[in-house]
Amino acid sequence: MSEQRQSKIEDIYIESHEWHVNTGDETIHAKRIAGRFRSFRWYASALWILYFAMPYVRWDGQQAILFDIPHRQFHLFAITIWPQDLWMLSLVLILLAITLFAVTAIAGRVWCGYFCFQTVWTDWFTWLEDKIEGNPIQRRKLDAAPWSTRKIRLKSLKHILWMLIALLTGLSFAAYFTDAYDLWYRYLSLDAPLVAWVVLGSLFTVTYIFAGFMREQVCFWLCPYARIQSVMIDKDTELPTYDVERGEPRGKLHNKNNEKRGDCIDCHLCVGVCPTGVDIRTGMQEGCITCGMCIDACDSMMEKVGRPGGLIRYASRKEMDGEMLPALFKRPRVVIYSLILALAIGGIVYGLTHIPPVELSVVHERQPLFIQMSNGDIKNKYTIKAINKTANDLHMRLSIVGAENVRIVGEEAQDINFQAGTLIPFHVFLVAKRDALKQERTPLTFILESLNGAKIKLEYESVFMGPVGK
Amino acid sequence: MAKQNKPQQAPDTGHEWDGIRELTNPPPRWWMISLHASWIFAVGYIILYPSIPLVHESTKGLLGWTQIKEFKEDVAENEKIKAPFLKQVAAMDGEALLADAGLRNFSESSAKAIFGDNCAACHGSGGQGAPGLFPSLADDAWLYGGDMETIIETITDGREGNMPAHKGEIADADIEALADFVVASSQGKGTAKGLALFNESGCADCHGEDAQGGFINDLGTGAPNLTDSLWRFQSTREGVLRTIRYGVNQEDVPQTRTAIMPAFGEKLSPEAIKMLAVKVHELGGGK
Repeated sequence: MSEQRQSKIEDIYIESHEWHVNTGDETIHAKRIAGRFRSFRWYASALWILYFAMPYVRWDGQQAILFDIPHRQFHLFAITIWPQDLWMLSLVLILLAITLFAVTAIAGRVWCGYFCFQTVWTDWFTWLEDKIEGNPIQRRKLDAAPWSTRKIRLKSLKHILWMLIALLTGLSFAAYFTDAYDLWYRYLSLDAPLVAWVVLGSLFTVTYIFAGFMREQVCFWLCPYARIQSVMIDKDTELPTYDVERGEPRGKLHNKNNEKRGDCIDCHLCVGVCPTGVDIRTGMQEGCITCGMCIDACDSMMEKVGRPGGLIRYASRKEMDGEMLPALFKRPRVVIYSLILALAIGGIVYGLTHIPPVELSVVHERQPLFIQMSNGDIKNKYTIKAINKTANDLHMRLSIVGAENVRIVGEEAQDINFQAGTLIPFHVFLVAKRDALKQERTPLTFILESLNGAKIKLEYESVFMGPVGK
Repeated sequence: MAKQNKPQQAPDTGHEWDGIRELTNPPPRWWMISLHASWIFAVGYIILYPSIPLVHESTKGLLGWTQIKEFKEDVAENEKIKAPFLKQVAAMDGEALLADAGLRNFSESSAKAIFGDNCAACHGSGGQGAPGLFPSLADDAWLYGGDMETIIETITDGREGNMPAHKGEIADADIEALADFVVASSQGKGTAKGLALFNESGCADCHGEDAQGGFINDLGTGAPNLTDSLWRFQSTREGVLRTIRYGVNQEDVPQTRTAIMPAFGEKLSPEAIKMLAVKVHELGGGK
């Protein structure tokens, strides 16, 4: 082994003074600056108002979005989803995952920067903090100051408002699973079921702690999507990037020695506004949620000093290297993601438009498989389970085809009334002359047809069992 | 949060072997927090729940929790859910219960376990019976009647079949002829001569003049239709001979047939019997 390759343990740590690993030792007080991306963040976070409002929206006299777990029905506006239709859920999950992948491949962690609840709630919480305790300098001073009436007043006001938001977050979540107005009444009269309190308590605690205290630490150390998305970024991905060529060597605006310097005036504003405490000038890194706050900050500063904006801008690695970015449809990842997306959307649309109004299942009695009647005929018993998923009662006719020797016992077994939205199993008996049976298993098909309302025809394959050759 | 790992600056114990120092790094904070949280939880658990085994039993714990208590609470909760339905079942008569699809289904499902516990031992889990020993409940022959009222009566009070022993009462040749007639009847080949003997010998008193059982069931003897293709006991000539010679449920006749159904009226509640009757009725579609 050569002398060169033998490295000492100290060598590994040579650069350690340059590492900054954000482990939450210090609260990040980010400055808030107006700008394009700041506005976009507000618009994006406004979407989350829907989360609070949706439980109160009614549709046909019913809660528009209601995940009714006791009754095993999901209501989405006009659509009712039964457990049998839940295969669509997997497509929805694929859709969400692929959307995340596709967006990340094109423009990085857009979800993290603008839409994620962690980002949005933290943004609201820090906005309140900014309004109550003042700008970052005042906030740091207040944190360091000894306890006083003023400090207690400001801090308690902030925490009460945070808790209110957290409480409303938990309550809104619970409201998706039961009638929202009734839930309010039950919470206020302290009469809610235990599970409702547990949901409220958990959501409250997590919101308060994650958005109030942990903030960017969640993105750094807890969130798996942050790491997953990091590996989806490639050289084509548009990310907030510091233009090193133009910016370096950085230095103060007032240049006494008239050295040749880049456009970066080293004002540290880009670091000061970053909600995760990242210095974007050292390059793309795990802490960057691509929220664009540093772009707003840098642009505003460049404007002040009379230099062109865009020293920090959304750009891909290839663009920075002077290469042309290939067209979207020529990027294999974009094409493949789009294909999967289209398939998933197609499947969901098909599923939602083709929810069968009635679901039929026929269970052949297993013990006994068949029974001999007093006149020598052979009888088989079947349990019919049919759910009427429509909102109206259905009058339907049950018949069998495929086995000419087998007939249904009793007229009343053939005409059935199915109550709306219910499943009540019932029995049907089939008989056959013993001599007419040619084999032990005679295949046959049950047919269920609607006699009123929309045309519905369902088929279910079954068998008739008999003692042939015994 | 953990400090940054800088081993070259970490204090050591002064132990060094071949250039490897034993450091005195404290355990990570999260680890210590977990340790303390664990023992605090353990102490709380010991105080609240049964935990420390003593000579005869364990400490009780402040909450007074026991497994059997939790089980009983769960059972009580289940009973509470069922109570309103059971009340409806109690208030309705058998036929009305059959007509109400929801309650019929409730009864049938509830009776599943009752049937398994009380009936399946003889009649089979699907009510298929045991050939020659216990009658099938799934076919269309009802020895005592297949309407709800009679089924409830059968379960409540039980049944005991009765057929006299004819050995010595009827000449042996006639007994043989009667057995031939009964076997032939079940195949639809019973002769007029046989039927005449059947009536002369007094069989018709219970089994009916045409050997089809019929009204005689009202007597509660359970005398079956002898012309159908179902057999209460055995279908062979020997089997039939034994039944005619030694009868059913005859005292002091060792070879007699046994056909006894115990009464469940004291063992099961009226609601349970009613639900059981629905289940039995639905086994074969009832009458």
